[in-house]
Amino acid sequence: MSLSNRVPLFISPPGDLPDARGRFGDFGGRFVPETLMPALEELEAAFRSARNDPAFRLELARLLSEYAGRPTPLFRADRLAQAFGIQARVFLKREDLLHTGAHKLNNTLGQGLLARRMGKKRMIAETGAGQHGVASATVAALLGLECIVYMGAEDVRRQAPNVGRMKLLGAEVRPVESGSRTLKDAMNEALRDWVSNVRSTYYCLGSAAGPHPYPLLVRELQKVIGEEIALQMEEQEGRLPDAVIACVGGGSNAIGAFHRFVREPSVAIFGVEAAGHGIETGKHGASLGHGRPGVLHGAMSYLLQDADGQVAEAHSISAGLDYPGVGPELSHLRHTGRLTPLSATDTEALEAFQKLARSEGILCALESAHAIAALAKLPRELREKGKVIAVNLSGRGDKDLNTVLEALYPGGAR
Amino acid sequence: MSATGAERLSQAFAAARAEKRAALVCYVMAGDPSLEATGALLAAVDAAGADVIELGIPFSDPIADGPVLQEAAMRALKMKTTLAQVIALAAQHKSLRAPMVAMGYLNPILNLGYARFAREAAAAGLCGAIIPDLPLEEAGELRAQMEQEGLALVPLAAPTTEGARLRAITASAQGFVYTVSVNGVTGARAELPPELGPRLAELRSLSKVPVAVGFGVSRAEQVRALAPLTDGIVVGSALVRAHHERGIDAAASLVRELRAALGQA
Repeated sequence: MSLSNRVPLFISPPGDLPDARGRFGDFGGRFVPETLMPALEELEAAFRSARNDPAFRLELARLLSEYAGRPTPLFRADRLAQAFGIQARVFLKREDLLHTGAHKLNNTLGQGLLARRMGKKRMIAETGAGQHGVASATVAALLGLECIVYMGAEDVRRQAPNVGRMKLLGAEVRPVESGSRTLKDAMNEALRDWVSNVRSTYYCLGSAAGPHPYPLLVRELQKVIGEEIALQMEEQEGRLPDAVIACVGGGSNAIGAFHRFVREPSVAIFGVEAAGHGIETGKHGASLGHGRPGVLHGAMSYLLQDADGQVAEAHSISAGLDYPGVGPELSHLRHTGRLTPLSATDTEALEAFQKLARSEGILCALESAHAIAALAKLPRELREKGKVIAVNLSGRGDKDLNTVLEALYPGGAR
Repeated sequence: MSATGAERLSQAFAAARAEKRAALVCYVMAGDPSLEATGALLAAVDAAGADVIELGIPFSDPIADGPVLQEAAMRALKMKTTLAQVIALAAQHKSLRAPMVAMGYLNPILNLGYARFAREAAAAGLCGAIIPDLPLEEAGELRAQMEQEGLALVPLAAPTTEGARLRAITASAQGFVYTVSVNGVTGARAELPPELGPRLAELRSLSKVPVAVGFGVSRAEQVRALAPLTDGIVVGSALVRAHHERGIDAAASLVRELRAALGQA
């Protein structure tokens, strides 16, 4: 099958998770107010019917190719590898080249078609960095849906370009002032909206997180990333990569890149979380590496929390990684040891951002810069000559220019 | 003498029924603005005529709550209120007439451990728990631990809950069924939906335990209108707001006013 006209098949191998209760081992499930339970059942039924409908799959495939620009390139980044002083070949999966500038559109195109199929005219979404908000607003415009995006007030400030994009696309952006005023609080508010408008509204959740079936639904829509990596790697290198790396906030780009390789024992899987100011300072977003299992936003997952079970505030320079939870499937892969968690500090991410810019001419999102930074942290055997590494470059950096310039040149000194 | 928590809850509803009225269920947020203040408020609400008291456990991410209870939880967390302190507060007020149930989100309870929560809650004289983010499908493990201690895990039924699901929820119910009046979060509403009457009738015909209705109830007229249709009425945000904005006497007087409205049913 050629890459350019692949129809997503949503075929999962037997025994694939989640189980019927939406569990990935101990993780996942449906921990939501009763009002939403029937809506989640309705969503699951609609998804299962859509995935078996050739017309639905064909329309999604057409949009992914003709509208979004799939497949995205897999680019061999020799100068980047050199900049990191590693002998292995490094490939970048260019999700930053997808329409709207990040992998998020893979998910919102599918969910938008699902919303239309379910007869819902009103779409709500939460967003951190604004990439999912932009992707939701884009699809709402394309399909003629009303769109309301909840965004933490702190993120509205630091991701101003994306707020402007959403408005221009016709979406309403509602700043959320509660809690830490970031992604976690935006998600609380989106859930409250959904509880209040459940019959008319489609909740377009942006990460492979939240209550079942979202972790399944979002993974199925994002796993095209890893499937393309495998095919492109076969074409370019004649084999699968030795390692796949992705940044992890809630984890949709990560599970999308990883899922194809979970059952390939030769492929190492690295999820890179935000170490923020440093793990030891407690100001970070590394739930896989340093959280404990808990329940937030409808699912059991690794969670940053205090001794009394209150959810901790995450910290990261990158709004998309500034989240104290993580998706249940990644939690399961971490728990079973299939995924190795790594982390990168704000400073390391900024350095990686610059290295990529100057070695390859690519300004990446600060989220993706964390995945790049992990090139310096791989075990030595993976850095050696003959090894092949794939890094998912989940988004482009336009939205972060102000943050990066402020961090690198405080007060505009240069 | 040694009635279980679940039995004490049923008795409270039965006592109200014997007076030919619905029971008044009052919600108080523990630690808002301090545990001492909540202790005084519990005594005042009890004396003012509450039939059942819900003792709120604050949580950082209360997704089923509107602004009033969100802010109350933030005030309580600012004072570093912990689940252990909430249980200790209940133990100090064991002698109140109204039975008390804990109400809060799952994660602090999961974090403490289901068995330990059930054991300590029972020892503190709590009669059960209401957990808005623990639907039927996920509730089995905690319910088993609570049953061992004679505690009720009170389920919620929403306007969207229908058919087999509604029957399964009422069949599993202990203590009472908490009926959510509207699709939405907690907080006072000017009007309650017209379909609430038939919904309450349906639930009461299905359920072996009493049916209480909450979310949105704040005023005596609403209580008067609802009273003939239900076994119990929950008042939460309105009471928390009265206490926060106007103090303990205003809270007690709201409880007396709503209780009087029930008496006229």
